[in-house]
Amino acid sequence: MSTHSHGHAEDSHAGHDHHDHEHHDTFWTKYVFSQDHKMISKQFLVTAIIMALLAMFMSLIFRLQLGWPSEKFPFLESILGHWGKDGKLDPNFYLALVTIHGTIMVFFVLTGGLSGTFSNLLIPFQVGARDMASGFLNMLSYWFFFGSCAVMTASLFVQAGPASAGWTIYPPLSALPQAIPGSGLGMTLWLVSMVLFIGSALLGGINYVVTILNLRTKGMSMTRLPLTIWAFLITAILGILSFPVLFAAALLLLFDRSFGTSFYLSDIFINGAPLAHSGGSPILFQHLFWFLGHPEVYIVLLPALGLASEVISTQSRKPIFGYKAMIGSMLVIAFLSFIVWGHHMFITGMNPFLGSVFVFTTLLVAIPSAVKVFNYLATLWRANIVLSPAMLFAIGLVSFFISGGLTGIILGDSALDINIHDTYFVVAHFHIVMGSSAIFGMFAGIYHWFPRMFGRMMNKRAGYIHFWLTIVGVYGTFFPMHFIGLSGAPRRYYAYTAYEGFDAALNINALVSVFAILGGLAQLIFVFNFFYSMYRGKKAAQNPWGSTTLEWTAPVEHLHGNWPGEIPTVYRWPYDYGKPGADEDFIQQTVPYSETPKSNLPGEA
Amino acid sequence: MIKLLTLIVIALAAVTIWRLMRVLELVRDLRNEDEQITDKDNRVNGRLMLWFLVLGMGGMTYFTIDAKKYLLPVAASKHGALTDSYLYINFALIIVVFFITQILLFYFAWKYQHKKGQKAFFYPVDHKLEFIWTIIPAVVLMGLIVYGLKLWINITAPAPKEAMVIEVYGKQFDWTARYSGGDNTLGRSNFKLITDDNQLGVDSLDENGKDDKITRELHLPVGSKVIFKFHSRDVLHSAYFPHLRAQMNCVPGMTTEFFVEPTITTDSMRLITGNPKFDYVLLCNKICGVAHYNMRMKMVIEPADDFKKWYKTQPYVFARPDAAPAVVPADTVKTAQASAQNRKIVASK
Repeated sequence: MSTHSHGHAEDSHAGHDHHDHEHHDTFWTKYVFSQDHKMISKQFLVTAIIMALLAMFMSLIFRLQLGWPSEKFPFLESILGHWGKDGKLDPNFYLALVTIHGTIMVFFVLTGGLSGTFSNLLIPFQVGARDMASGFLNMLSYWFFFGSCAVMTASLFVQAGPASAGWTIYPPLSALPQAIPGSGLGMTLWLVSMVLFIGSALLGGINYVVTILNLRTKGMSMTRLPLTIWAFLITAILGILSFPVLFAAALLLLFDRSFGTSFYLSDIFINGAPLAHSGGSPILFQHLFWFLGHPEVYIVLLPALGLASEVISTQSRKPIFGYKAMIGSMLVIAFLSFIVWGHHMFITGMNPFLGSVFVFTTLLVAIPSAVKVFNYLATLWRANIVLSPAMLFAIGLVSFFISGGLTGIILGDSALDINIHDTYFVVAHFHIVMGSSAIFGMFAGIYHWFPRMFGRMMNKRAGYIHFWLTIVGVYGTFFPMHFIGLSGAPRRYYAYTAYEGFDAALNINALVSVFAILGGLAQLIFVFNFFYSMYRGKKAAQNPWGSTTLEWTAPVEHLHGNWPGEIPTVYRWPYDYGKPGADEDFIQQTVPYSETPKSNLPGEA
Repeated sequence: MIKLLTLIVIALAAVTIWRLMRVLELVRDLRNEDEQITDKDNRVNGRLMLWFLVLGMGGMTYFTIDAKKYLLPVAASKHGALTDSYLYINFALIIVVFFITQILLFYFAWKYQHKKGQKAFFYPVDHKLEFIWTIIPAVVLMGLIVYGLKLWINITAPAPKEAMVIEVYGKQFDWTARYSGGDNTLGRSNFKLITDDNQLGVDSLDENGKDDKITRELHLPVGSKVIFKFHSRDVLHSAYFPHLRAQMNCVPGMTTEFFVEPTITTDSMRLITGNPKFDYVLLCNKICGVAHYNMRMKMVIEPADDFKKWYKTQPYVFARPDAAPAVVPADTVKTAQASAQNRKIVASK
């Protein structure tokens, strides 16, 4: 809260300079129940950073267990109580940690945090709107998100432990408290939290789509939208189409748990007694879950790619290569993402023919992905690259997108998936392609648009240190993990000591943990830089990166309505960087062609 | 005491980073910078890009060569040998693409770093290039898809009739195997018939079950054809045979199956791996509860003669009149009653 009150003093000071500003916000309407997209985006970001720290801390705890399974860490008892008795992590709590780590990272950080922050910040700014279509729904979206985070965090304090069936919460494990203690109250809270989260995602998503389609400023045709906006639009549509399915899946699970229905349960004998459930199928849940779950991967990834596209083009001082191909490939990826969910289920006993259809659609995803990578490389070719911290993170994203995407070709092939399904190979794959890519996109976004959010610059040296430690940490953590998987070691194992075939898991895991801890510590530098720069960062210029897009034509101070006078009109596409004949190496979207006769290409009158 | 120490360590870490931020801030102010990216920033980070590329690639190559010793030994099943060679084709392809694209990425980042007064090459689109790098991945992937699907169709084809039927039964937190005996047909089973001495709930009225045998180790004759039928009684499990390159989920209320032809005996594999204590293993590979990480069963692949010898020593599901009378435990009467009770439930269904 101290952060907020300080910001308050500053902003109200700024408010005095604008005497035409008629709103008199109280603390509550300005910082808590704000309907302003800029404030809501900051709320999303700060909440996501706190959740991310929590989830990262959890991962470090279980990395200690995995890296040094026979050591004792007495401090665990002091922070975890009976879950860390005598310095040993409880195996049940280990499962709870991996579950909640995954849930927080996938949903709260990379979905809510990423889309919530940057869709809110950039959509009105970049399409040229005063605010979101509905400020009220937008506020509601944040508070649903906040509620969801609060319930999930509260579930950590349940006596029997939080949900522990893995972030995919497959029943029957997640349905039966007899099967695992976390499937009691902890699981109920998980489901409640997720219902709130889905509410938030839908409210936000509808708002984003409506704003992009209806509130574009004069001249802002769809093909003049920055790629960020295209990414947010496609992401929002994916969310609107897929989240309700997760809602249905969660609801049916809730019925099975609480009201004795049998959607997912049948023929179960547990704890010495047969259960009455009959006729359901646990596989049904997986179909429903992954019908959301796979688009979810792209809900996480597309905004990151959008942010990276914008940063790469801006800092390359060069138009993004193949603007329309970039949009096209995002649309194709989004479409395909709805018909590939079965590749998570090759070995559930599904009909082999159905499996082959999913192999086909899955491997098709590699084509638009390859196009995107080649377009990024072509953008960097003969560019004039400014290596800002944001640019470094964007380049890191492309590197991860390649590395993780390539192993996806193996996992998407059913014949190969048989052997590596649910091993550490999968863990390595998705942490690189989805986790690290997306978080690097988010970092790129934060470093790049920090001046737009807070009117100050982040410290670039701390940014550089953060980047280099993080990329080393990420590759050091997740590259060796592939080999743990290829040695046949399953994921979600508490220890690999019981069977001698797990030598790899034992030896490599220690190395992995060292890099994970290094990477984790590096994030503290970021967190300090972030909060420190909010108050003590250098004051930002209006357009610090020399960008073409609309958000940098608005004054540094945050105004209600974004622009003091009329909303600017747009005359050109967003990537006129390095145009031959132009005076500077960028031309803003608000500059008409009539003012730039020397640089106009044929057809641009 | 430990609590206090933990707190102190955390506090010290926070102070350290706080001071670091302050130092960076002072450096910035001393040099009178405004956080704009300077030529020096570009130069330093550009060089780091190259160093990262070289050291990263070197480190990964070194690690890969070193970690070869951890990889699974040669596949011990017929289809496994095929999928392994397909896996290597995939890896070869991936490594080539990986090296080319990563080298270009980091090299460009260094090579084309910002120079004042210079402009980037204005190159917004080239349809020919776009076409080329859409078509090439498409063609390569089509090749992979066709190859992969051929394998997949082979692996999942219906098992031949003579394949030995073995049930692999998962429950929290162990595995049991049931061999189908001379008739090669498993007796009916029902979860409601489960009792302490009928752990799989086999129906004693089904003639097919009379010759079924239950074992706590999985033995397979080398060179045979085996069809596994998977069951679970409580939550999802996944029967993972890393050395056979085989895996299938065990789903309560549903039977799944996987056909394998084991090709290498345990003894041969001990020679191949140079590890005299090597044993095949069946692991659980679907999170199933607190002891998930300990749920496994020893598997032995052996010559047919040895298999027959071992098989003879294994008990039938139900004691048979021709078999030696087993010692009757005291609580048998109770479980027999429970069994009768459950049978009524099943019958009334």
